[in-house]
This record gives sequence, structure tokens and C-alpha cells, in this order.
Amino acid sequence: MLRRVAPSLRRAILTSSAHGRAGAQLTEPGLSPRHALLPQWRLCSSAASTNSPPPPPPPPSSPPQGTPRPAGGSTVSSLNPAEVAKFAAIAETWWDSEGPFKPLHLMNPTRLSFIRSTLCRHFRRDPNSSKPLEGLKVIDVGCGGGILSEPLARMGATVTGIDAVDKNIKIARVHAASDPSTASIEYFCTTAEDLVKENKQFDAVISLEVIEHVANPSGFCESLSALTVPNGATVISTINRSMRAYATAIVAAEYILNWLPKGTHQWSKLVTPEELVLILERASISVQEMAGFVYNPLRGEWSLSDDLTVNYIAYGMKKVETPSESN
Amino acid sequence: MLSRGRCFPAASRIRPLVRAFCDAPPLLQDAAAGAPSSQDHTEKGDDVKARPDELDIAIVGGGMVGLAVACALSNMPLTKHLRVGIIDSNPALKSRNYLKKDGVPDSRVSTITPATISFFRDIGAWDHVQQQRHAFFGKMQVWDYTGLGYTRYSARDVGKEYLGCVVENKVLCNSLLLRLQEENGDIEKMIYPTRLISLALPSKSRQAPTREAISSGYPPEELNRSNLVKLELSDGQTLYSKLVVGADGSKSNVRQTAGIKTTGWNYPQSAIICTVEHITENDCAWQRFLPSGPIALLPIGDNYSNIVWTMSPEESLRHKSMSPEDFVKSVNNALDFGYGPHPHSGNLDYYMEKLFSDIGSTATSTKECFEVPPKAIGVVSERMAFPLSLKHSHDYVSKRIALVGDAAHTVHPLAGQGVNLGFGDAAALAKVIADGVSVGADFGDISMLKRYENDRKAANVAMAALLDGFQKMYSVDFGPLNVLRAAAFHGAQYISPLKKNIISYAMGDAKWPLFS
Repeated sequence: MLRRVAPSLRRAILTSSAHGRAGAQLTEPGLSPRHALLPQWRLCSSAASTNSPPPPPPPPSSPPQGTPRPAGGSTVSSLNPAEVAKFAAIAETWWDSEGPFKPLHLMNPTRLSFIRSTLCRHFRRDPNSSKPLEGLKVIDVGCGGGILSEPLARMGATVTGIDAVDKNIKIARVHAASDPSTASIEYFCTTAEDLVKENKQFDAVISLEVIEHVANPSGFCESLSALTVPNGATVISTINRSMRAYATAIVAAEYILNWLPKGTHQWSKLVTPEELVLILERASISVQEMAGFVYNPLRGEWSLSDDLTVNYIAYGMKKVETPSESN
Repeated sequence: MLSRGRCFPAASRIRPLVRAFCDAPPLLQDAAAGAPSSQDHTEKGDDVKARPDELDIAIVGGGMVGLAVACALSNMPLTKHLRVGIIDSNPALKSRNYLKKDGVPDSRVSTITPATISFFRDIGAWDHVQQQRHAFFGKMQVWDYTGLGYTRYSARDVGKEYLGCVVENKVLCNSLLLRLQEENGDIEKMIYPTRLISLALPSKSRQAPTREAISSGYPPEELNRSNLVKLELSDGQTLYSKLVVGADGSKSNVRQTAGIKTTGWNYPQSAIICTVEHITENDCAWQRFLPSGPIALLPIGDNYSNIVWTMSPEESLRHKSMSPEDFVKSVNNALDFGYGPHPHSGNLDYYMEKLFSDIGSTATSTKECFEVPPKAIGVVSERMAFPLSLKHSHDYVSKRIALVGDAAHTVHPLAGQGVNLGFGDAAALAKVIADGVSVGADFGDISMLKRYENDRKAANVAMAALLDGFQKMYSVDFGPLNVLRAAAFHGAQYISPLKKNIISYAMGDAKWPLFS
């Protein structure tokens, strides 16, 4: 019985940790002490919203919060060399596609193929180009170790990655520096709200597996919308509040298999596709397309489908008029 | 419009970065010490990544399969921008012209399937093959030395014009080279006419910089290269690559360095190959199973045929050294009588045909009678003998390494499938790399490469096992087994669906021997 549930479980867990921004153990729960992971999970909700419960160890000691340095490609040199060495070692496990985050790496191409095809259509780019996002300013909100930011940079985008966890940002910086095609990514330890205050705007705003951790989803979506240029694109993915998602992502993953710390996902915080569309609509983003992710246990691969019951992703367009005008 | 407007700021952002790379002292030193003068230093400023000693993909081995990988990559829109290098000291890689059609064909030939031909068409190399010597065949006869059974296959059975094509290996290589030349303008820069000395895979020690390295000023170049494979070449040059493709044959250096183990065994057999001449043109592929192993006679155009004859190692030595006249006599003996009578249609066949004609439509070749293969009148090339083995690599991929062709698997040559499996590998690997590029993945990443392995391993193992089974079946001369074999031949000859299935599998159209 358990065995039969497992693949769909893993699917749920995968998405829930999708950026790897929390150090959740996916397959081998014994690898690191779970209590050490818990704070990180809480932290990731603070990544998204200032309204979230106060995280135990706040990370504001990193580079002045929300004051992006004009650095581009020179991020490495500004780091403390000893820190570089320390986090290079950690980044290696984080990025080890055969390691504990293997399922996550398996899912990433599927998320990216959705993002690629929608952004190519949105910005009228040639889908056969190796760098279709060339010249587009893209922000990855809740970037974790940079698992999504790096592929976006390889597709040509000018990527900014933000995460409230200072440790994640350090790991992401070190890893990105190891490949010239990703070295130009700018990572900052900050929140979407802070960037809004600085009036930053991006052609595309992407936030995967974050909204279910924020205290105020509509406020979060308002921030994402404010970060998007008019006619720009917004992409959000999360877990549905369905019985299947409850059974797989919460009951089995957290209570039976102990793959995730208990309380990682709260049922009441999950957002249904209908609710997401509504929230985004109020935030001046009209959803253009949605897709679900399904896991094929035989091939060990994820694919896109119409089934939105567990994991789903939505792409919307920022409307030109402001919310007050439209109301 | 939108895109153009946004490209300019991006371009101006990149430029200072490029300058930073070009001015970095360690880089210039490297370039001066390592790169030969043929490397064009002036062009490296065009791209952030265009450092002369850094590649996206290093292909070790410029044989048929290695060149096919390079060619496939340069023909796909998503991968043509990749910096690909081919490391091989074979002087044949300098060829830039068509090989002449007159003269005696080389004894090293490949029987390529329609699936391989369509791959060559896709990558634009088939036109070049057609300008050089090649021979299509539409018929094939396989029979048994006991005289109990035979099977004739015809392309018409599956509605095709041909079953396969026999092409000299040097023609296949040359065609791929010419295509690469067309795609890349100057392929001198792509080919490193040298050998691989050693590979250093990215490891923890190389990845995490040591404290000493940090305190002595940690150059960004080192960090950039820390997760690339370092290749040391016999001419003293050092290359760094995101992915190394091992296309260096059954004794693959890349495979051994990566520590990938193989399973397999040597057959107590050697194959002898050579070119023979007939009085008239041969248009059929012939294969006769003898107690010592199969002998194949493959048309290679004009009045020439290629011989692939499997026998014991001692016999192969004897056949290699005997006089040409004796050898020709021996070949004709092996292809015609010599062991037993010709198979013929008897009462059994009449009933078999009646019985199975109800299953599906009858294949046209079912009614064809046994034919005697054309006699050889002389051996016109050097005779070469090589030992046979079955070898299968446990893994086709590891971190930043992918094996293709014989480096990953060698099979018994009895059906001429080895190189076709290799081309299948090349096509699959190139596709996986393109898929990786499309989603912005690091294509040296193992989870990406595993897709290639999953795609190819099952197909290659199935073929290896089938051919091994054939080899074993024919290495025993035992009455009841002979009858069973004959029954299998009769089955293949008269059961049309089975026959069609066998043909499409052998042609590379079907992935599985049965039920596909």
C-alpha cells in the first residue's frame, strides 16, 4: 500500500521543497537532524512575506538588505574567501543531482519547459533559440540554492534571485560562479516586499512553491504584481488544497514517511487554482494558462498535464491599468 | 521589436564582463602555454565563454560514432552554438574531399539500417554518402549448413525499397566530416589531432577550493573550471569541458578513467574480413550459419562483395595466411556446399505455408526459392582478423561523462548491428543534450544524462542478448537442436507477421525484437 502511494507522495514533497530552499530531506530522512531543518522551513515563509511569523534566527547580517549592489559577475570577489570554501562544500550536496535532492532535479526540467514555452509565447521569442530569454529581466522570488535561477540564466535571461535565507543566497552565489553562463546572476538576501519599496520592476516574475508558505497570499501576489512591468509575465506554482494533495503532501509525507518535518505544509494555507486565479486577478494579473505536474514512476520523470489536483503552475499577464482603475 | 530593444542593454552589460575575462593574467598565460598557434586568439572576445581551452563538449574518438555525435549537435538549432571538440590523432580526419569510387573497396564496411540512413539524412550527411561508394540491397538470404532450413527476406515484405546499405567505414567517416565542414566553416579548430593522456573529473577536492588556494588569491577562472572535466592531451595541451563523450571504442580510455565497469565475455571466435570479386554484380546480402560461425557476403557495389566470416582463432590465422587461391576456394566452399545440401522447399514447407498463410497477409518472399550465392573469383584486399567479444558497460553515463558506441557496448557482428546501435546512441545523446539546452540545464548533469542511458540501454541489451543467443545456438552441432533451428528458420520463412517483425527490428525501425 505504502509502496503504491510513494510516487505521488514524492511528487508532492518535491514541489513543496521545490527550490530546495529548505533543507528538507526527501528520500533519506536519516541524513541530517530534522530539527535543524525546521527553522529553515519557517524561514522560507519569511522569504515571501513580511507578515509571516517571526523566524527563529533572522538572517539580516548579510549584505545590506534590499540594497542591491551594482555588481554583475563580480559577486564572487566580494565574498569572504573562507566563506566561499565553506559554502562551496555545502553547495555541492545541495546541487548533487544524485543526492538527497535528486527528485527535485528530476522535476526541474518540467517546470522549466512550461516557463520556457509560456515566456517564448509571451515575449514572442523563437522557441528554437538556445537563448530565447536573451535580454529579459527575470526575478526568481524564493530562489533557494538557485536551481531555477541558473537554467533561466542559461536561457539568456538577466536573472535576479532573492531569498530571505542568507545561507541559501551564499550557496547560490558560489554555485552560480562555477559556470560562466550563470555567473552574471545577481542574488540578494531580501524579500519581494522590500524590492517593491525600491520600485524594482522585471519583465517576468517567477515564484515557485512559495505562496503556500506565506501568511498573506493576496498581499504576496500584490507584491509580485508590483514587481512585474505592465504587460510582463508572472509565473506561480504551488500545491492544490485537494484531498489528494492532503493525503500525499501532508499526511503521508509528514506523518507517515517523515520525509518532511511535521507542519511543513498547513492544509488551510494551501491555495486552490480557482483561488489563485482570483487573487491574481485582484492583483491585476490575468491568468493565461495553467498546467499540472504528474509523476511517472516507471520512467522516473515528470510531465505536464491537465490534472491540477496536486501540483500546478500558473502563468499570467500583468494588466496595464492599476487595480484601482479597474475597479 | 520588443526583443530587439531589450537586447542592446544586455549586450552592453556583457561587454565589460568579456573584457574582464580577457585581461585576466592567468588566462593569457594558459593560452600562451597550452594552445597551439592554430588557435585563433582574436576571436575569443566575442563570447563570454569563448576561452580557447574551454569546451562545452569534448568528444574523445573521431570514429564514425564520435563524428556522428558532433554532426548531430551541429545540426540542431538548440545545440549548434555549443563548442564541440573532437580529440583523435587519426590522419583520416584531415580528409576534405570525396573518396574516389574507382579502385577496390576497403574491407572495413558497415551494413547500415534504414533507421541509420534516416538519421544520416536528418543530420545532412546522407547526400555525401551518396556521392561516394555505397550499395543498397533489397534481398537477404539466411540459411543453415544442415540444409534443413532457409529464410529469404525482401524489402517488399515491409513495403520498403531496401533492407539496408553497405558502406565502407571510411566513407561514413568522410561524409560526416564533410557535413561538419559545411556546418562549421572551418573544422580545423574543432579537431584536436592528438591523443587523450588523462582525464580529471570534477571531484570534491577540485570543487571546494582549499584554504591555501584561497589565501593565495582565489582566481575566478579556477572557480569556473572547478566543475569542468580537465583533459590532458599528448601534445601538452590542457582542455576543460562540461561534458566528455567517450567514443573511443571497446577499450575506451574514457570509460576506464571514469571507473565504469563492464560485463561480457570473449567469444571463442575471430572474424576475418576482406573484399572479394565476382563475375557479376551481387545485389543480395547472404549469410550462412556454419558450425564454426556465420559467414556473410555483403554487396559493396560493382562486382565486389565484402566477407565477414566468423571462425575459431586458429582457423582465422590459417585463413589469413593461406594463398589467395586457397582462400577463395575456401570461401566458395563455405558459402555453397561444403557442409551439407542446399535447403529446398519440400512437403513440410507446403504445409507450413498453408498453415500460416491465414495469419496476416503473406509476405512476398515466402514463395521465393533458395538461391545459390554468387561465387567469388578472387580476393582483392588485405585479409584482416580480429577477436570477437560481447561487452556491456554497467553505466553509459557518470558525472560529466557519456559513453557511446563500442565504448558502451560491443556485440557479435553476425547481423552487422554494432555500428547501427552506435548511431542510435549518437542520435539519442544529441537529442538529450538539446532537451537539456532547451530547459537551461547543465548538460553534464547526471540526471540529464541518465535520460540518454535509459533510452539506449534496454535497446542495446536486447540486441546484444539476441545476437549472443544466435551465436550460442549455432555453436552446437547436435541433431535435435539442428531440427529446432530448422523449425525456427521455417517459422521465420512462412509466418509473415513474425517475418515482418524480424525485418523491422533488423532495419532499426522497431525497438524490440517482438511485439512491437
